[in-house]
Amino acid sequence: MKYAYYPGCSMESIAADYALSVEAVCKALGVELEELDDWNCCGASSGHCTNYRLAHALTGRNLAIAEKMGMDTAVACPACFVRLKSTIHEAREDDKLRQDIVEVIGQPYEAKYDAKNLVDIIVNDIGIEEVRKRVKKPLNGLKVVSYYGCFLVRPPKVVQFDDPENPQSLDILMDALGAEVLDWSGKVDCCGGSFSLTRQDIVRKLVSDIVVQARQVGAEAIVAACSLCLANLEGRQTVSPALPVFYFTELMGLAFGMPEKEVRGWLKKRMVNPVPLLKSHNLL
Amino acid sequence: MQFVSETCQETCDPSFAQEVRDKSGAGLDRCYQCLTCSLSCPVEYAMDYSPNKIIRMVQLGLKDEVLKSSTIWLCATCETCVARCPNDVNVLRVMDTLREMSLKEKVKGKAPLMPLFHDTFLGSIKLWGRSHELSMELTLKVRTKDLFTDLIMGIKMILKRKLRILPIRIKGLKQVKDIFEKTKGAGS
Repeated sequence: MKYAYYPGCSMESIAADYALSVEAVCKALGVELEELDDWNCCGASSGHCTNYRLAHALTGRNLAIAEKMGMDTAVACPACFVRLKSTIHEAREDDKLRQDIVEVIGQPYEAKYDAKNLVDIIVNDIGIEEVRKRVKKPLNGLKVVSYYGCFLVRPPKVVQFDDPENPQSLDILMDALGAEVLDWSGKVDCCGGSFSLTRQDIVRKLVSDIVVQARQVGAEAIVAACSLCLANLEGRQTVSPALPVFYFTELMGLAFGMPEKEVRGWLKKRMVNPVPLLKSHNLL
Repeated sequence: MQFVSETCQETCDPSFAQEVRDKSGAGLDRCYQCLTCSLSCPVEYAMDYSPNKIIRMVQLGLKDEVLKSSTIWLCATCETCVARCPNDVNVLRVMDTLREMSLKEKVKGKAPLMPLFHDTFLGSIKLWGRSHELSMELTLKVRTKDLFTDLIMGIKMILKRKLRILPIRIKGLKQVKDIFEKTKGAGS
């Protein structure tokens, strides 16, 4: 299966390790990712918070590039994903906006193709059976909670993915890897996102609330799908010892039996060292 | 809401309500003050007016109070309110519209840090076509005159090579600059 691929800026910096595990896992599953040529930043929340037309034009330029490739776009960063989806959704509903995007970016754009987040692609397009088939080293005994955050599931009308209050995709995926997936109430809580650089107090409070809920159900680690969520969850915990946080693709790579050196290469970028936890379960 | 009766006569601006209605298209008149948005909001505790009050204040035309409020900038854009509103009011679109208006009218609000952050973030995109975390964070530190918060974490991240040192400039930067020009996008 082939997709146009929009990595997003964080994949070149704070989440460069996420990019590596995404590419490795996609390759293992036969998901071909063709990077958009010369993509630009999606504008993130700073775009839509300050200028409606700017936000849609920044994403519009990327979507126009993807449209030329004639494929749906795969997005690994949920924050980028929701921005791209929002422009597709609104351009389809409001032709005046679509025409404005075309005028501003100076390129044709018909809103013909969709954008999909990577969890959706793996769980629904590839299928959980394909994942299960590739598990060589089940994550037996590893107690995890799945953290979806905001933008994989909200706003539901726009992202059209899973249940907005009690999503299951990541849980099903982690279960297929053999992990012990715990039910909890922090799945779709907000981590504070970009307040990380301006209102650290808010992020610390929200992250603490999330981590407390994870600990209450007995989780040993949190599984995330977003680089900003992961940075906040790792970096803004207030209680020690801190709870490790994984990208879901790291645990997939580990369970798929990818070379230990490669997996350790991803994990050494973690601010909370997860190696002792994995060792305690004989997974490393 | 006591403040309404005290201040309304002097400050009500009915055209403001209409402007927000038209620009946002968010269906804000459907709001029946059930408080679902505010009870769902993870940042409500830090805001001066809870989201449901902002909706009511917009309807009443309390332009100054709304555009100066910390609420519009402390909204984390998590969209929990949008997902849960029983009347399909797009609260995020209301907040986005209010933020955009307050910038356009150069309102000196009660949470100046967030507009500064957005301006710096967009400035990075304008300069490179992609955001570059390290230079953006350093610029923000200079602009906020706050050099020491997160210094240790920043050093840790650099040591772990989590922050890219040099930015990536895209080939189509001129197209991105044109987008900013045509939409009068902020960013410095």
